[in-house]
Parts: sequence; C-alpha cells; structure tokens
Amino acid sequence: MELETRPKMVGVLSCSGEAEPEGTIARNAVRLVMEKYYPGIAVSLCLPLYLAGDEGERKFAQTFPVITVDGCEKACALKATEKYSGEVEDAIDIRALLREWGVTEKLSRSHPGELEWELTERVAREIVQKIDKLIKEGKVQARSRG
Amino acid sequence: MKGEKVYVIPCSGIGKATASVGREAAYRVIEDLMPEDTDTLCLSLLTMGDDEARGKVRESRVLTIDGCGKDCARLNVEASGKAPDITHRTHDFLKKHRELQPEGVLDIGENGRKLMEIMSEEIAAEIRDLLEEGD
Repeated sequence: MELETRPKMVGVLSCSGEAEPEGTIARNAVRLVMEKYYPGIAVSLCLPLYLAGDEGERKFAQTFPVITVDGCEKACALKATEKYSGEVEDAIDIRALLREWGVTEKLSRSHPGELEWELTERVAREIVQKIDKLIKEGKVQARSRG
Repeated sequence: MKGEKVYVIPCSGIGKATASVGREAAYRVIEDLMPEDTDTLCLSLLTMGDDEARGKVRESRVLTIDGCGKDCARLNVEASGKAPDITHRTHDFLKKHRELQPEGVLDIGENGRKLMEIMSEEIAAEIRDLLEEGD
C-alpha cells in the first residue's frame, strides 16, 4: 500500500501592501478564499514572518504549494517567498489584473467600498481558479469545489 | 525636524482580528487625524530589504503597531537598521478595554472599531509629543 504524501493544503500568501489600495485588495481576497471558498485547505502566513519568525515559517513554501498574491509590480510576496522559503507554484499581480479588467477608478486602501469589495471578490475567484488547477494537476490532495 | 513625516507601520497580520484593528488604527491616524505629519509604507518592502523603504525608516521617526506577540512590524523595522521610536501591540490596548473584543479579520465589528478609535487617539497624541520634542 502506497502512502499518500501529497500536501492537503495550499499556501496563499498575500503581500502586506498597507500603503497601496491593491495591497488591501490582496489581503482581503486571500482572507475571503480562506474563509469562504477553501476553508481548511487555503492557509496563509503573515509575509513579514519570513524575517521575524522561525525555521517552520521559512519552510512554508517547502511544506505547501504556494500561490502568491501581490498588490503591485514590486511583487514582495513572490520575491520574499523565493528569497526566504522556496519556489512558488503560481503568482498574481493585482495591479496588472486591474489594468486587464480596465479598472481606472481611484481606489481606497483604508475604506474599501462597493467597488473595492467587488474587485476583491474577483481576485478571490482568480485565486480559487489557481487552487482548482493545483488540485486538478494532483499537486494537492483535496477536493475541488466544483 | 519640521516637515518630517512619522512613519506609522502596522503589522500585516492576515490571521488575527487584532492585526486588523492595528492596521485600521494606523489608517485612521495617517489619513484622518494627522495626514500632514504621518505616513505609512508596506511592511513587506522592509521584509524584502527594499533600499528605498529601508532608507525612509532609517531617516525618519517610526511607530510600529503589532497584532500579536510575534512582533513582525517591530522586528522588521529593527532588521532594517533602526529601532522604532514607539512600539505598540493591540493586545496592550485590549487588556485595558477587555469588553472591546474585535469580531473578525475582514470585519472587526463595532467593538473592534471602538478599540481602534481609542488606539488611534492615543497614538496620535504620542506622535504630537514626538514631533514637539523634535522641533
């Protein structure tokens, strides 16, 4: 009998992005995925724990397949994960997505309104699609939502 | 020191409501209470070792707000080469106002908002003192 060794969870790691509206969308979208779409399967980590935390936290990307969610092109989540922890499976750049979606409105970093929440939902669904893909590819031992 | 911004840097706290309270308190200070004198930057830029962010921290006065005992904001600022001038944990405010337990990460709820208001007022007062000392 073969032992099942595939991870049962997916790491979804957001940039902290406190200074940018896209950073707030990134954090909230990751949280939405954890609470609403893939509870118990999507797990996260506070990005600054790569420096402030211990060995266990730095092994995050070796423990779980990781999807990074960055607010802007500086790609802190992607770069910090690669620098401190390991390779990532997939990555999202929200600013690039917003350009693709034709969003030109000024967004708030501190008081997300209807538009910001609508975009947060759309980004969350992008993350969900990437998790679905990892499950379909057999990289995670979990059931797809759909 | 006139004209200098004080950087208010909350932790990124994705998993705890206390981190969300700290972050909202930081926004309240920098956007509503003291927009001329304060600003923030992305903590993850410091984690990554971004030169511009490290320079801002080293050349300015800094206040950190942490949502848990791991103290990511304080430790990441320290790793950039400077100890913060003032450090806070949301839990210290919560200990004084135990009835104001925040609800969740995405929505801190009514109690969380009350706690955030108390924090932001105290932090703004400290920053005013800091600025007066420096003038």
